[in-house]
Amino acid sequence: MIIHSIFFYIFSIIAVFSAIMVTVSRNTVHSVFFLILDFISISCLFIMIGAEFIGMIMLIVYVGAVAVLFLFVVMMFNVSQQNNEQLREKKNFNHIPIGLLISTVIFFELIIVAGGWKYKPELLKSFSSIGIDSSTTNTHEIGNVLYTDYIHVFQLSGMILLVAMIGAIVLTFRKREGIKRQSYFKQISRERNEAVELVDVEKNKGVNVDV
Amino acid sequence: MFDIGLGHYLTLGAIIFTIGIIGIFLNRKNIIVILMSIELILLAVNINLVSFSIYLNDLTGQIFTLFILTVAAAEAAIGLAIIVIYYRNSGTIRVQEINKLKG
Repeated sequence: MIIHSIFFYIFSIIAVFSAIMVTVSRNTVHSVFFLILDFISISCLFIMIGAEFIGMIMLIVYVGAVAVLFLFVVMMFNVSQQNNEQLREKKNFNHIPIGLLISTVIFFELIIVAGGWKYKPELLKSFSSIGIDSSTTNTHEIGNVLYTDYIHVFQLSGMILLVAMIGAIVLTFRKREGIKRQSYFKQISRERNEAVELVDVEKNKGVNVDV
Repeated sequence: MFDIGLGHYLTLGAIIFTIGIIGIFLNRKNIIVILMSIELILLAVNINLVSFSIYLNDLTGQIFTLFILTVAAAEAAIGLAIIVIYYRNSGTIRVQEINKLKG
């Protein structure tokens, strides 16, 4: 138990520190790297608490896909130039007190909820719950539940991914002028009488081909 | 203190959630950091769901964590695509200069 608490404190301190660094670090690339560190330490916590599948999936999806996507987009923009522009302008601190006020109010509300949820323990018994069976692995159990009870929600999440993919492609697609590309419609709709022309060639004159 | 329970995990989730909200409020650099703060908030929600799922012995929390993961990935892709076309049209992604709506 002492080992468990030591590891919990290590990982959660790393997570909180890197979450703070995500928001305050001046370089955007550094904040992406701190975001990766945050995801990794939180997934370590998940694996430690007993949700191995979620932890591994968080590593794959967040670190492998989302953070790399952020990194690519950050590197597309000229971040260093923007830092220079930021240094030149005069600072505006009007928004900081109201932001801190709202954040502290939200934090204390969350703490009150987290401390007070145990005052009504009989509420939890009234839900029908899917118990965790410790004789099989976590992945096995999630598969058993996800593909039977939650199959429609699962397919809906697939639709969400499809819509996101199509939306991202449609948003960033750009027609450029002056680039030769294949037009299937024009290719298929070509006919003989507009593609082939029979010309009577006069003797010793040749044909002008640059029509 | 050394007996880690549900309250510890909920407090960690609350702290990370609040850091995400502070990041949205106090950010003046660029919009990508705001998207990263939204990812932090979703991460805090995932912490809450997984810890409730483990400590209440109910698998539904982990299932919903998977769905939140899906939605977070889709949201990041769409948000970054919007940022890319905004940068292409206006040449900046700094928060102070994005004021076309005059909000």
